[in-house]
Amino acid sequence: MPRFLISRLLQTILVLYLIATVVFVMMKAVPGGPFSQERNVSEHILRKLEEQYGLHDPLHVQYAKYMWNITPKRFSPGALLRFDLKNGLGIDFGYSFRYEGRTVNQLIAEALPVSAELGFYALIIAAFLGISTGSLAALKQNTAWDHIPMGVVMVGICLPTFVMGPILILVFGFWVPESIRLPVLFWEPSYDASWMESLRYRILPAITLGLYYAAGIARLTRGSMLEVLGQDYIRTARAKGVSPFNVVVKHGLRTGMIPVISYLGPVAAHLITGSFVIEYIFMLPGLGRHLINAALNRDYTLIMGTVLVYAAILILFNFIVDTLLVWLNPRLRLGSKP
Amino acid sequence: MGMIRRCLLWRLIPQGILLSVFALVFIGCSDNRTPVEIASAQGILLLGNGSEPHGLDPHLTTGVPEHNILHSIFEGLIAYHPSDESAPEPGVAEKWECNSDATVWTFHLRHNARWSNGDPVTASDFSYSFRRILSPALGAQYADQLIVLKGAEDYLKGNTNDFSTVGVEVLDEHTLRLHLVGPTPHLPGMLKHNAWYPVNPRIIESFGSIDSRESEWTRPENLVGNGAFRISKWVTNSYLEVVKSDTYWDTDRVSIKGIRFFPIEKASTEEAAFRAGQIHYCSNIPIDRIAYYRSRHPQVIRFDDYLGTYFYRFNTTRPPLDNPLVRRALTLAIDTGLIVREVTKGGEQPARGFVYDGVSGYLTPGNLQFDPIEARRLLAEAGFPEGAGFPKMDILINTQEAHKMIAEAIQQMWRDHLGIDIGVVNQEWKVYLDNQDNLRYDISRSGWIGDYVDPITFLMIWTSDSGNNQTGWSNRRYDALYKQVLLTGDPHHRNALMREMESIFLDELPAAPIYWYTRKYLIHPDVKNWHPKLLDYHPFKFIQLEPTGFRL
Repeated sequence: MPRFLISRLLQTILVLYLIATVVFVMMKAVPGGPFSQERNVSEHILRKLEEQYGLHDPLHVQYAKYMWNITPKRFSPGALLRFDLKNGLGIDFGYSFRYEGRTVNQLIAEALPVSAELGFYALIIAAFLGISTGSLAALKQNTAWDHIPMGVVMVGICLPTFVMGPILILVFGFWVPESIRLPVLFWEPSYDASWMESLRYRILPAITLGLYYAAGIARLTRGSMLEVLGQDYIRTARAKGVSPFNVVVKHGLRTGMIPVISYLGPVAAHLITGSFVIEYIFMLPGLGRHLINAALNRDYTLIMGTVLVYAAILILFNFIVDTLLVWLNPRLRLGSKP
Repeated sequence: MGMIRRCLLWRLIPQGILLSVFALVFIGCSDNRTPVEIASAQGILLLGNGSEPHGLDPHLTTGVPEHNILHSIFEGLIAYHPSDESAPEPGVAEKWECNSDATVWTFHLRHNARWSNGDPVTASDFSYSFRRILSPALGAQYADQLIVLKGAEDYLKGNTNDFSTVGVEVLDEHTLRLHLVGPTPHLPGMLKHNAWYPVNPRIIESFGSIDSRESEWTRPENLVGNGAFRISKWVTNSYLEVVKSDTYWDTDRVSIKGIRFFPIEKASTEEAAFRAGQIHYCSNIPIDRIAYYRSRHPQVIRFDDYLGTYFYRFNTTRPPLDNPLVRRALTLAIDTGLIVREVTKGGEQPARGFVYDGVSGYLTPGNLQFDPIEARRLLAEAGFPEGAGFPKMDILINTQEAHKMIAEAIQQMWRDHLGIDIGVVNQEWKVYLDNQDNLRYDISRSGWIGDYVDPITFLMIWTSDSGNNQTGWSNRRYDALYKQVLLTGDPHHRNALMREMESIFLDELPAAPIYWYTRKYLIHPDVKNWHPKLLDYHPFKFIQLEPTGFRL
């Protein structure tokens, strides 16, 4: 086990440096720079600007400086929990090129909790809708209870979030009666309001993001439950007179959930990192919106910061899931003989 | 089967509980008013404001969204008039005068002007601010605005570091005198720009040095301004809120209690926010929604004249575009009237010349009109009868639906009227800028919005050494006339010189003017005193909110 952990950790670090290098090269290769704008600035001002931001250094010097700045130099979990990368790990992404006076660390610390909260709601919705529809379909196999929800789920898988989002906006923001309309944009109300009121702003984005994954979970649950409910031990449990609720929930779901849970790990990572489109559609102040804008603005430091944070989250979640699976299933351990 | 049905019932209970929580949250809002209705009642203005502001340092920002915020939290010597863009409204200066040729200006600062921390706003604060933006190490993109000051260019280029050589003179704490390079009758208009705004020297120095860019003095908790409002909250990519400032000298006149600026990049999203009652003002309308508002809600849609020209640049270094006959043929074959009627639909005027017509008494000498017969004749004269042998070329546009629609219309016009085949290439904004700047294009769509209300702001871009020329075109006579304009104080003579400049431009046409802009926007009827302005800057201290109960 320790050997597995260490080897995975080393791989992770290598992958992150590789990503940083690729991003660095790509950023410099793309035409246009952070200071190009419609109204040209004079040569001498441009030179001063490039000096200020260290862009006049040769590329290898810029690269070396950058790599040193993003190398972890200390570890303090308390600061990390506040999303403070500078005090938590000693990582300093530097000042944003675009947003004067704001550091990339600050921008990430403000935006990441928004993306994480949205991902959390979406995960609850995805798991709740997915597992309940999937179980229902399995229990009522080949009836309308199976075909209709699974048909809807199929549509959910096929519709990308950038189509689903505007449809939900249209329906719940404009078509339904005024008393049950939902806010169509922003993360919170523009006036002081209760937490319940703020929560209403998060419903549509969370549903848009959750629905997509709910579909996958539903199909997985249905398949897995069908298999489990046909097993001998379920028949035995029923024969013993175990209540139907306990048969399904205690005996069926518990086993049926194993494939679903291994699927939820990567899904959780995707829900946090995969919300760019949704953040753009609903104008949410999350990390995804920063990533898109940073690329458009050639905000070099912010591009690097957001890409690395995204990559780190994805790798971290996969790492956790892999570790759990190895722990559950000794056959996957490194060096073990089949 | 009955067993399973009962089991289902059991499963439905937790679902039911969760669903009712959902329903509660859905309907739970007892207040059925829209955010706009709530805000109107509270005296808060909700504005769609383009993109997230880069920053709030008046000396470093360059964009329109930033300026909208800045003119609410800062005030220059001269401020914006509520309805007339050419009229100077007293700002920190309560009165001013200039000498006969408008080269020396004296400003008398009001005694009750205060910073939001209570400090008085003084003439030396202005002098410090001008020194700051001209500091070479600051790298301020808009420092060029100040080179009308004597000696400013040398200071900015680092030829001297003695600021006393620059024409800024503090006579006493409430009197400031500016010495200019040449006669500048339009100086008061220029002073409204944020490059000329004062900053509080004590605050700047406590967060860094005079020329540090990466200073945190503009964070909401640190920022000290002198405007009618002060910043209270700033959530990146969400909103920026300003509230009425008690220290502002004219605070009794300020009617609204605060403003929230929302960064919404996409026009369709902003329009949805307006329709859903989340903002009072929607700064952009998607072209395909114009007809809807015109017919269904004419009271919220507005088209105001806007000091800008939409045009196509020709790369005059590439044959056959190096031939003025070809450029004129291409220009005359564009049916500009049809474009504004059928494509842009926002009440724009077809451009007869390059300079926006009627700016401070200036009338364009241009009389460009759609003339396909003359266009065909010119193209034949240039050696391409009926378009035969005309090389394959492309129109470069940045990715945006409206630009694409216009380019396709022009492509069709050139095919129909000249028999030539031109392609359309769209590129992402920064790539497009890079290619245009380096003359890697044939024909490129462009726009120019005036910085202040004076024809020179349009004409200066076509001089040979202008960074905004970007066509490779240069004309000695044009350059000489420009220098002459800078030295001429008499308005009549000045206008005559500028008309001659524009005539040269129109003879050679390094760019094809297409239309003069209008500002198309949506505004809620609750908002009062929002007048058409040529530069589209609306001083918020005059705005009033009166709840009307209007809903879309």
